[in-house]
Amino acid sequence: MRIWFALFARDLGGAWRRGSLWLPVGFFLLVAALFPFAVGPDPMLLARTGGGMLWVAALLAALLPVDRLFADDADDGVLDQLALRGIGEESVVLARLAAHWVGFAAPLLIATLPAAALLNLDAGTLTRLVIGLAIGTPALAALGILVAALTLSLRSAGAIAGLLLLPLAVPILIFGAGYVAGAGGGPVKLLAAASLFLVAITPFAAGAALRAGRS
Amino acid sequence: MGTGQSRRDESISLLSCEAVACARGGRDLFAGLSFALRAGGAVHVTGPNGAGKSSLLRLLAGLLEPVAGRVARTASCALVDERAALDADRTVAQALRFWARIDASPAPMIDSALVRMGCAHLAAIPVRLLSTGQRKRVAIARTIASGAPIWLLDEPANGLDRDALPLLERAIADHRADGGGVVIASHITLALPYVEIVALAERGRS
Repeated sequence: MRIWFALFARDLGGAWRRGSLWLPVGFFLLVAALFPFAVGPDPMLLARTGGGMLWVAALLAALLPVDRLFADDADDGVLDQLALRGIGEESVVLARLAAHWVGFAAPLLIATLPAAALLNLDAGTLTRLVIGLAIGTPALAALGILVAALTLSLRSAGAIAGLLLLPLAVPILIFGAGYVAGAGGGPVKLLAAASLFLVAITPFAAGAALRAGRS
Repeated sequence: MGTGQSRRDESISLLSCEAVACARGGRDLFAGLSFALRAGGAVHVTGPNGAGKSSLLRLLAGLLEPVAGRVARTASCALVDERAALDADRTVAQALRFWARIDASPAPMIDSALVRMGCAHLAAIPVRLLSTGQRKRVAIARTIASGAPIWLLDEPANGLDRDALPLLERAIADHRADGGGVVIASHITLALPYVEIVALAERGRS
């Protein structure tokens, strides 16, 4: 547990110092600001489509940090140093997943407020969007970690990471956008199930990928 | 091993290799390699470039699996290779403190390890500003502070200047006197008393 907290603190602190926490948020807000230019300033249209659009923006924002999630530590030998100390890849991944989720979801949820204002979302839609994102962002963070570990030893990991992550994120997008659109409580339960599933398998799948990438 | 080290119990084996074979990328590097590292002992791995010195050290560290044979470790190990594993955006002291937390070694160990490698003045410098040699010194200091009985040093003298080399030799001697063991892969001959040489030959040439 001491080791786990040391890893978590290092991961979160590193993201904070490098400023990589603000990159996805800036991207998210930029997309929200660009959307009215693309579809026109009709408030009714924006209010109707804005919620789903912000889900797409959140999904794309989740892609941005993927290529650096493990690459620096692999290049620097940090992953090897942890492995030779007998620290399981699973706990390394779990610490990074927790740190990545805190660093990704918290700023994103705050940024949802100005983004909703830009798109003229009403209070009900905004509430459902924030609840949906709070439940769905662990899934997005887990997918990011998983794809980052799988593509670690590839050369142009960034592009391939997108091709891998986006199709896997389709269920999250469907359930999240369905809940925002007011389809009742069904989608949010499925969203929570998808989140739990991805968070549960990621430490093992990504841990196995890191182990396989070492040889 | 040496007569001057009789005060220690030399029967304690820290690390042993039995008929170990290693292949990388479908190419056989070495096979049938056996040796043991005892408490207070040192093993110097020699061989031409590409003979598998680094692979052998990674194998001993448990980062690679041998294709045949067995590696047995009875103690924790610390590795110095060409990558420092220090966070570039932190100061030397902060980066070392992270590893001290992981290793559960007391904080004063960091300071004394930095002093022993002659880089106490670097403690407040960000890691990204270090030169190659300074980075190596700090990586060796991390190994000293780790408190691990087995040191695996892959080209530890690379980048070190004339002043640092005796410090490294001194650190290794002190570590052995404390009952630790060292495996060194290096093409530079270090002043190591009672060292066992393990020579790797380049496959297909000899």
